[in-house]
This record gives sequence, C-alpha cells and structure tokens, in this order.
Amino acid sequence: MRFAFKTSYDHDLGLFRDPVQRRWYAALLAAVLLLPWAVPDYLSDVSLVFIYGLCGLSLMVLAGFTGLVSLGHAAFLGIGAYAHVFFLQDLGLPWVVSVALAAALTAAAGVLVGLPALRMTGVYLTIATLAFALIIQEVFSRWERVTHGLKGRPVDKPVIFGVSLASDAAFYFLCLALLIGGLWLTANVLRAPTGRAWVAIRDSEIAAQSMGVHLARYKTLAFAYSAALMGAAGALFAHRIGFLAPDIFSVLLSIQFLLMVVVGGLGSLHGAIYGAVFVAMLPVLIAQMRDTTPQWAGHVVGLLGRDAGAAAYLAVDRFVKQPGLEPGIFGLILVLFILFEPLGIYGRWRKIQLLFSTFPLYKRATFRRQKTYMRSERLR
Amino acid sequence: MSFFAADDLGVSFGGIRAVDGVSFEVDAGQVFTIIGPNGAGKTTIFNLISRIYDPTDGRLTFRDEDITRVPPHEIARRGIARTFQNIELFEHASVLDNLLLGRHAHARPHLLQELLYLPRVRAAERGHREAAEKVIDFLDLQAYRDSLVVNLPYGVRKVVEMGRALCTEPALLLLDEPSSGLSVEETEDMAFWIQDIRALLGITVLMVEHDMSLVGAVSDRVLALNYGRVVACGTCQEVQSHPDVIKAYLGG
Repeated sequence: MRFAFKTSYDHDLGLFRDPVQRRWYAALLAAVLLLPWAVPDYLSDVSLVFIYGLCGLSLMVLAGFTGLVSLGHAAFLGIGAYAHVFFLQDLGLPWVVSVALAAALTAAAGVLVGLPALRMTGVYLTIATLAFALIIQEVFSRWERVTHGLKGRPVDKPVIFGVSLASDAAFYFLCLALLIGGLWLTANVLRAPTGRAWVAIRDSEIAAQSMGVHLARYKTLAFAYSAALMGAAGALFAHRIGFLAPDIFSVLLSIQFLLMVVVGGLGSLHGAIYGAVFVAMLPVLIAQMRDTTPQWAGHVVGLLGRDAGAAAYLAVDRFVKQPGLEPGIFGLILVLFILFEPLGIYGRWRKIQLLFSTFPLYKRATFRRQKTYMRSERLR
Repeated sequence: MSFFAADDLGVSFGGIRAVDGVSFEVDAGQVFTIIGPNGAGKTTIFNLISRIYDPTDGRLTFRDEDITRVPPHEIARRGIARTFQNIELFEHASVLDNLLLGRHAHARPHLLQELLYLPRVRAAERGHREAAEKVIDFLDLQAYRDSLVVNLPYGVRKVVEMGRALCTEPALLLLDEPSSGLSVEETEDMAFWIQDIRALLGITVLMVEHDMSLVGAVSDRVLALNYGRVVACGTCQEVQSHPDVIKAYLGG
C-alpha cells in the first residue's frame, strides 16, 4: 500500500501527484522521444494519434468537463485546416502566425456555435452542433475561392522559420510538441477556477449559478477554448493528410471524436489520449488483420483437413474484406464500453491501479455499486 | 433598514399563485425558519431569493440594497449562499473541489493567466485552499477531503453541501431542509452546526425545515406558510400553538 504524505498545499497544486508520478511521465516522454528510432515505419500513424489526441482534448474539455456534447467538431477541425492552408498558401503568412490565426478563427466560430448553447441543453444542443457541421461542410464545398471546392486542395509540407519539416520524423516531433503544449495548457486551466467552473456546470447548473458561476460566460469560454484546440489540430491534420476535400470533415469524423472521448473515459485528460490511440490505431490494426487473419484461420482449421482449411480461409477472407467492417467494429466496441465500463479505458486503468496500490486488500465489491455515468452522457 | 427583508413578495406560474404577498424581515445574527405543509411555497421563496425565479411582484432587500433584479450569479458575490433540498453537489468531483468551487465568488479568473498557470494564479489557489481548509476543520470533513462525492453517504453529502455554501463566506445562509434524509443523530449534529454557524461565524441563517425538534432547537423566529401566504410569524412556540397553523397541518 502507498500513502501520500503531504506537507504543503503546493503538493496538491502541482501538475503531478507525487515524484513517482513525475518520473513515470518523464519515462513516457523519453519513450515517445525515442520512438522514431524504434518504429520508423509507423511514424505517420503515430503522428495521427497525436493529432487525434489534440482533437480528443478539445472535445474532452467540452463534453467531458463542461457537459456539452457536440457532434460538430469535425467542422471545427475543417475550419482550422482550411483557414491554415488559406493563410499559409494564399496569403503567404509564416507557419506559426498561420496556426495561431487559424486557432483564433476557429475559436470565434466556437463562440458563434456556443451562443445557442446558452439556451439549449442535452440532446438539443447536440442536434444544433450537428446542423452546424452540415452547414459548414456545405460551405467547404461551395466557397471555391478559398477551399477549391470539391476538387480539393493540396497542402504543402510545413516549413517553420525556414526549416522544412517534410520528413515523417520531423512532423512527428511537431505534432508531439503541439500535443504536449495543448495538454499543459488544458491541465493548467482545469486546476484553476475556470476549470472548476466548467466541471460545476457539468454536474449541476443550478448549484454552479448559486455559487457565482456566470453560466453564459463559462459555456461560451468552453466552446471557444475547445474550438481553438480543434483549430490547431486542424492545421496539423491538413499537413498530415496533404490534401483537403470537404467530404473528409463529415459527420462520421465527428462521431469518431465523440467515440474517442467516451471510449477513453469522459472527464479525464488521460481518457482523451487513450481514446486517440484507440481510434487512430484501430484502423491500422484492422488493416493488418485483414491480411493475416484469413491465413491464420486457414492454418488452424487446416489441421482438420485441407479442404476445411481452404474453406475457412475463403470464408474469413470474405468476412474481413466486407466494406462496412470498420464502422461495425467501432460501433460494437462503443456499445461494449457503455455496457461494461462507462468511464472508459481510463476508468478501467484506475481500477487496475487501485488493485496494485492496495494490493492484498482489493475487493471486487469496491466497484460493484458504482457504475456511474457522467451527466454529459445522461444528456439531462 | 433590516438586514434582509422580503416585501410583498409574489410569483405566479400561469394561473398558480405559488407565493402571494409574503413579507418578512430577518435581523442580522438570527436563525429564521420557514415552515409549512408540502407545496406551501417555501422552496419557491428560496428560489426567488437566489434569483432562479423572477418575482412577479414585490421587493427583496439585503443590507440596504435592492436585489430583486440582480442576476443569479451575482447573488453569491453579494453574500448570500444556499443549499438545496435534494443536494446539488458536483458529483464527479472531490469534496475539496466542491468546496473550492464555493470560493468562485471570490475568484477573479483570467483565462490567459490560468492557461500559463502564472505565479499569481498559484498564490490565489493557495489562498482559496486555506479558506476551504478552515471550513473542512469547522465541519470535521478531514476524512473525506479527497473522496469523490458520488462515493459518499447521504448524510456526509448534506454536510459537504453546507460546507460549500460556507466557503463563499456568506453573510446570509439559506438552508433548504438541512435535516431531510438524515438520521436522528445526524439531525442533532446539524442543530449544533447551525448554532455554531451563527455563534462562531456570525452568519445569519434562513432555513426551510420540517423537523420541529430542529426548528425548536435553533430558531429565533418562525414563519408559517400555507398556499403561498403567511399564516403566522413569531417565536417557535407562538407559531406552533397558533390555531391557523394547526389547521393548515391537520386540516379541518
């Protein structure tokens, strides 16, 4: 068992719980810094994990901490991406300025969407954000002067202060830096009065109001901050995919973002990252399984007889090459999580942690009664 | 002028007159209790004071200031804090975070400073923490400081909610049925705390309560309501023996 021994309020104000945790994070940082040498072939995939991590962070602030569920975040990503490319390639602004402007512009869009949020709650707000996303997608395909419409628009590799970041490794470090920056800023806000006000709004608007929280101001602020993070993620996303077209920023992508925060665990920053790893890596995993599973099945069933093996190979091969497999698996996993682990991967992780930290005293019953849902999930 | 006064307060919801011409005055340092049968309009009066509802007519004054049209989030800053009948805590936050949110009325959040967590944000946090720790000591909540509210028993939640209200450093504390759902011993503790809140912290208490033993133990003045109207007002004994009050409760 481990006990925290605190001697000053500053122990609770720090970013990390204790020196042990700080060392774990340092080790994690070292690991991701060394990753480019360990798995050079997968860097582009891991970069996408980092970009999705920023997206998850963005939606986590809004849905996980403020309790405002949005199905329009792909639109914010798109606004950030198109704005960045426009500032960078049409206006010729420096990269850093362009990203900052894109984030600011997306934040302004966030405020605009946030305004109706002051009057709507729950599922009605979600529908409003969905409508916003559909409108914005239409704008992307019609406003050809900026977006080049349905033809799509190629994106150059990033060049920062004259240094080209065209290689996968360089782009990997760029994404990592932005993700760490985003995490740091968000963790800071969450341990300050603004973050607590957001959580208060999520759990009880009426009580938050009676404690002096200006609901309209903090909800708008949450939308703006969330959108700004999404805008920065959009800039990276544009470079990552190298070609912008309106149909990328579809409702499906918004749903993937929502899936990310629910599977990762609503109401925790860890959850945003776990969810990003899950959503970005699952397609890679499925693609690999497409190639390997039929052979494995063929081999295993082949032990019974050659014909059976060949038949199994064909059957499994046909199944895994079905076009709708990926969304199907995503959906299945989401349903399983909501049924068995409402607090997501992070909730499960906490249970495993508790098992070790209280080792001989752990009881299964500790969690039996506590399958609780966040209010943002219950949709009031 | 009195410390707190409601003057001819009234509110209608459609055709229903939930509160009708209610006037009362609370002096500084008093414990003032509102009693009445279900649906008499007690909680509605609280919601009018904390400005969740707009009164249809009448005036509310607090420390010589008209607060009838003050926006709801300003009420805490003026020095009025409240609890709720069915506990409105922030369930997925720790007890400490709940208490710290009670400090919101004293915080001057500035997003850019918070994003960077500048030293002045940290210093302010330390100050809020000290204030919250005083309340933790006062209400003996040390054991629950880091527990999530969802994991706490009902009786403790009730105390935490009172603590959150105390963290706003109010001059007037509104307690909406502080003893509902509590056991006999917990209700007795509640009576001691209410007495301490008045005696040690100098906070005026306005409460809605059904448990007459608690009302009798702590109240200086009692106001009885029925159908949104004042039936009687006076000391606990006077009100309890008032024929109209007995009629309101027992019928006939």
